[in-house]
Amino acid sequence: MGTSFGRGGATTFQQDLQNSDCIVIMGSNMAECHPVGFQWVVEARERGAKVIHIDPRFTRTSALADLHVPIRAGSDIAFLGGIVNYILENGREFREYVQAYTNARTIVSDDFRDTEDLDGIFSGLDPESGEYERESWQYKGMEAAASAGERDMGEAEGEQAHGAHGGELEGGEPPHEDPTLEDPRCVFQLLKKHYRRYTPEMVERICGVPKETFLEVAEALCENSGRERTSAFAYAVGWTQHTVGVQYIRTAAIVQLLLGNIGRPGGGILALRGHASIQGSTDIPTLFNILPGYLPMPHAHGETGLDLYVERNAPPTGFWGNTKAYMVSLLKAWWGEAAQYENDFCFDYLPRIDEDHSHYRTVSDMQDNKLEGYFVMGENPAVGSSNSKLQRLALAKLKWLVVRDFSEIETATFWKDGPEIETGELKNEEIGTEVFLMPAAAHTEKDGSFTNTQRLLQWHHKAVEPEGDCRSELWFMYHLGRLVRRKLAGSTAERDRPILDLTWDYPTVGPDEEPDAEAVLAEIGGFDAEKEPLADYLPLRDDGSTTCGCWIYAGCYKGGTNQPAKRKPGGEQDWVAAEWAWAWPMNRRILYNRASADPDGKPWSERKRYVWWDAGEGEWTGADVPDFSPDKAPDYVPEEGAKAQEALRGDEPFIMQGDGRAWLYAPNGIVDGPFPTHYEPRESPFPNPLYKQRANPVRDEYDRPENPINPTDGEVGADAYPFVVTSYRLTEHHTAGGMSRTVPFLAELQPEFFCEVSPELARERGLEHGGWATILTARAAIEARVMVTERIKPLQVDGRNMHQVGLPYHWGDKGISTGDSANDLFAFVLDPNVHIQEVKAASCDIQPGRRPRGAERPKFVAEHLRRAREGA
Amino acid sequence: MAGRVLDLDTPAWPDTYGTDAQPRVGFFTDTSVCIGCKACEVACKEWNKVPSDNQGFSGESYDNSGELGANRWRHVAFIEQRLPVGVEDGAPDDLVAEAARQNLVEEGLDPHRDEDGFRWLMSSDVCKHCTEAGCLDACPTGSLFRTEFGTVVVQEDICNGCGYCVVSCPFGVLDQREGDGRVWKCTLCYDRLQGDMEPACAQACPTDSIMFGELDELRERAAERVEVLHERGRGEARLYGEDPEDGVGGFGAFFLLLDEPETYRLPPAPVVPTRLAGSVWKAAGAAAVTMAAGIAAGFLGRRD
Amino acid sequence: MSPREKFLVPREKPTTYYGRPIVKPPVWKPEIPFYFFFGGLAGASAVLAATATFARRPALARRAWAGAFVGVTVSPLLLIKDLGKPTRFLNMLRVFKITSPMNVGAWILLANGGATSLAAGLNLLDEDRRGGAPEVLAAALGAPLATYTAALVTHSAIPAWSEARTEMPFVFAASATASAAGAAMLTVPADEAEPARRLGIAAAIAEEGITAIMHKRLGALAESYEQGTAGKFQKAARACTAAGALAFAASDPGLIPKLGKRRRSALSMAGGALLLAGSVCKRWSVFKAGFQSAEDPTQVARTQRERMNGDRLHS
Repeated sequence: MGTSFGRGGATTFQQDLQNSDCIVIMGSNMAECHPVGFQWVVEARERGAKVIHIDPRFTRTSALADLHVPIRAGSDIAFLGGIVNYILENGREFREYVQAYTNARTIVSDDFRDTEDLDGIFSGLDPESGEYERESWQYKGMEAAASAGERDMGEAEGEQAHGAHGGELEGGEPPHEDPTLEDPRCVFQLLKKHYRRYTPEMVERICGVPKETFLEVAEALCENSGRERTSAFAYAVGWTQHTVGVQYIRTAAIVQLLLGNIGRPGGGILALRGHASIQGSTDIPTLFNILPGYLPMPHAHGETGLDLYVERNAPPTGFWGNTKAYMVSLLKAWWGEAAQYENDFCFDYLPRIDEDHSHYRTVSDMQDNKLEGYFVMGENPAVGSSNSKLQRLALAKLKWLVVRDFSEIETATFWKDGPEIETGELKNEEIGTEVFLMPAAAHTEKDGSFTNTQRLLQWHHKAVEPEGDCRSELWFMYHLGRLVRRKLAGSTAERDRPILDLTWDYPTVGPDEEPDAEAVLAEIGGFDAEKEPLADYLPLRDDGSTTCGCWIYAGCYKGGTNQPAKRKPGGEQDWVAAEWAWAWPMNRRILYNRASADPDGKPWSERKRYVWWDAGEGEWTGADVPDFSPDKAPDYVPEEGAKAQEALRGDEPFIMQGDGRAWLYAPNGIVDGPFPTHYEPRESPFPNPLYKQRANPVRDEYDRPENPINPTDGEVGADAYPFVVTSYRLTEHHTAGGMSRTVPFLAELQPEFFCEVSPELARERGLEHGGWATILTARAAIEARVMVTERIKPLQVDGRNMHQVGLPYHWGDKGISTGDSANDLFAFVLDPNVHIQEVKAASCDIQPGRRPRGAERPKFVAEHLRRAREGA
Repeated sequence: MAGRVLDLDTPAWPDTYGTDAQPRVGFFTDTSVCIGCKACEVACKEWNKVPSDNQGFSGESYDNSGELGANRWRHVAFIEQRLPVGVEDGAPDDLVAEAARQNLVEEGLDPHRDEDGFRWLMSSDVCKHCTEAGCLDACPTGSLFRTEFGTVVVQEDICNGCGYCVVSCPFGVLDQREGDGRVWKCTLCYDRLQGDMEPACAQACPTDSIMFGELDELRERAAERVEVLHERGRGEARLYGEDPEDGVGGFGAFFLLLDEPETYRLPPAPVVPTRLAGSVWKAAGAAAVTMAAGIAAGFLGRRD
Repeated sequence: MSPREKFLVPREKPTTYYGRPIVKPPVWKPEIPFYFFFGGLAGASAVLAATATFARRPALARRAWAGAFVGVTVSPLLLIKDLGKPTRFLNMLRVFKITSPMNVGAWILLANGGATSLAAGLNLLDEDRRGGAPEVLAAALGAPLATYTAALVTHSAIPAWSEARTEMPFVFAASATASAAGAAMLTVPADEAEPARRLGIAAAIAEEGITAIMHKRLGALAESYEQGTAGKFQKAARACTAAGALAFAASDPGLIPKLGKRRRSALSMAGGALLLAGSVCKRWSVFKAGFQSAEDPTQVARTQRERMNGDRLHS
């Protein structure tokens, strides 16, 4: 979504769903995983909205939907592309919105070739590097911006791709456009061409969705979009956890832009995050490639420096045009007095990245003995990460491991009684890893905030003191830093300066010397040149006079008040409830809400009014904080040489983008194509009927012995893994289970690991309801209780019957409720943009009965693979 | 034998409370918006410190809790079914059609017919806090009593575990707690009511499937809700337990169901045993008299 | 073709929730059927004893009083032992509650215990006692003791019990009488035994006869009494009771004069034991039938549906 709209986050909030006329929940099991937020879907339905749930299984969400569409896991782009095609072929797009607010009119480089031209790939694929060079993707007249020389400076990708900075659009306006949308090289026509073959028949063939059902969905969306009506999409990891995950969301973005739903009440795309503060963990990131507020982490290359960094990463237009101010303010927050104009504000203190250092890369390196130490905090990769077996094997290669959690999770005990100890693949006495299990405080035992799925920061207050040695992350990191600084004190080495020069002077409270979380919040919220807490990010300067720990959070400490702690009850406010907690940016609840008004600033309709231009007052007003310069008139035209947000017109709502428009076509910010394309999952029993290129040509894949890939369609042995397998969650458990399988009241609700299969598959494979089954991939064999249910249907895909096996992934060997880990089955195969694992669609075999024990277990797996490869 | 009561009144409320009587409160559980999240089960257990009872994988859809009991005061039922015959017709009372449908579901029969559709019923069951409560009538120690809110509560410091309430409940709500000996059930969070709070389950429910409030208001709301659903073509929606004329005088915790009560493990036409007490005692008395007379008669006649 | 016709022939069984019971089975333990037995023995013995006292049959009276005394001593112990919290048995006497047969029964047991103990004591100590108010009281409280336990089980939500509420007290009364007669006949010399013998035979016939009527009126619900463990006990009860009655008949000096006194005594004793066994088995059959009935949700559903449709003639 960052690439399409400018910010990587849900465009709307859950309460807004009540305004929708049609809600499509896809790649999400919202009632199951966001039960509290789901009340708004229920509310929408009560108000007459049509709720559609598209999911391989009939779930607790489907039970309350008007229509459930069973779909083959991994085929969503074909479905959504089919909708794009339906809209364009039938002229159902919201024409004025598309013309004014998207880059539909922009003409693309003459060198650009689409998947239709190259049978499944785009122009610019470098066979040696296995990556795309994107010059040919650029807008016509702007190809120079993405030159080869610049590319290895590390272009903004993935989480960095907000506003898709990476040096493109100068001057705000692309040089070549066709407002009539007729030019065959304009985005609109290229879009049409790209999806021309995504017909209802093709959707049926690829997705297993009957034509009539597909058309029902397409029609429902079209019917409920336009001036008077809006539709919303809600998605979760059912979309992101694929090798083409980011492209799934891009397709939905295209649909919503064509239908004119972004920025409008009851519209938008609701990204439902995977746990309570994942949004927060990318905003104030724990990721290798971004800094707070989605500033890109600088790359390690010959010439470097703050100004070079800004030049490479900041477009001159849009709010990202102020990148230098955001960066300098961050550096001042971190290094305080040490950061001065002369030393580039300590820009050189920042680490540099030289390549992918994401989770799976790290673990792969760990297995290759390249890592000494590892901190695992509030995570349980031994259960929760893909190829969890490889995760556990790699842990044994470390010199030391620190696990922070409040229960003894599998990641901390892999060495004594993990599955590999039982199989003999790891021997306890041979493991040299020194493991520290540090007890953690729970959220009720510490102050702090969560940033939830709708970008809402909500404060939680400490209710009780943590018991014994349990401590919060804040305590741990602060005191760890303090002790490291103490050890380094007096050092004259250059490399110690970044740590010693940090501002590390948070006040502490209580007998445990807990850092004052509000002080941290204040630092994040930032201070202006007069040392007053910032009300928003507009006063940020690049001269070192302002500080801000995270520019998008500027305003969270407005007026010196803890804004996320605001708790005015909903009953005492309007439905937007702006005085409950605080959302970024600037407490806006619906992003891009300028688009809820037409280019002249009037709402598209009375029924769907949200934010509009008040000519009398000379400002934007409405139900929410306008996501726009508050006094920029709709007819504003920038002067020559205008910079940053001033360079955008009064009718360009997507203020983070260089051209102020939402991107139907993404020339930058995405590594696997400007248009989403249907590719099969890496492991799939089916061919790709659309193209010769079967799967994502630039996916992340780790070719290593612990990560063998199932033979897939067309290869010898594909029928040894003939079923589609998908993983998901249950309401009763939470992620890797450390917080739920250890709690008696939750463990008893779903006490055992089970798989879900259709009655037809059960008959075919001799599986008994309530019995046991063993599920196999090239990597592992696991066992589960069998739930035979009609909620999973066999589908007709590519002319033949297709079965899916469903697995909840919560189980591991620790706790009250124990079981095998579903993630043992999946591989290190990732989306190349954000390095998210493909655990939503793979292939497998399933057999009745329990799996072998001990050393027999890996032998069983290997044997099955060997026979498959030999064509037995 | 037991006096018929009108509307909200129960045999011991409000009369025995005089000015201390509070408005009668209860639950309206609208199962049409239940998402089966089980927050109610967990919230109840946490608040009331009900022991855990892990029964293992049941295979009964997503219901591993089984049924209401001493250690389960809110229980969420899950029923996977084809759309019943007659649902569109809005004719819910046809037992034959229901049986036919259930027959297919249980046998896993029929090649898949898309046009039939599928549904998954979810419902949070609870003690009904009956107007005429069999458990309360049967309790020999006076442990079970009617509170000032019109609810039915077990006083655990009096209960001696005789188990008579267990067989007197037409809904199978009460049970004896293993290792403890006494009988436990939903208190409608009596302590929370006295603290002006709503019961834990109602507070936790994210979709407001469980509604708590004054019983007369709830009954009005329920009537409106059923009408709305019928207007939308959901003829299978019906209320269960709202009628003061039913066999227990109406429930304090009543429901909106989408299928026959039996589907949810509920009795279709429950009657409080006390209603039959007349015939019970008449027969017992007659038998006693007959026995005495018979024995006496055995001594008549020849003496040897 | 209407949507209904698309489906197969419907089954007889109505819908259930995974076959789970709608009502809970009793939590009562084996002490309870024995309680029913001893209570019945006590009650009927008290009536028998009182009558015998007034009818000047001291040998019979003493044995019957002994039986009654054993009954009222053992009964409360069994009842208390069955409680989840036995130390709290006195809580039953906190209230007097007419809606609760268990409460009423506790009071009957208490009152009868006192009256019977008194009367038994008086009669056992004084062989020539002529009988007065204590005996009348014991008898007057004894009869309800024998039949209130039927009220206890039928005043419940368990269909096979509840629907049998008209006949069950008579079954219990007959069974109690048979057991009282049987207990007396264990030790009473044959000469004075005539009333007991007659009562034993009559009660045996009544017990099984009324049981048969009860099962018939229960219709489909009778399966709870006729199948499974309950069915086994019922068969055993019938066999023992019938054999006991036959043994009694055979021990009648008028019937088979050739049998010597010792043989007749043996037959009386055997018959007595058999009637006692039969009575025990009868109570066990009823007890187990309650569990079996509770376990079957279709019983509850069917019974209520039939009532809704006006099929059930029982009120």
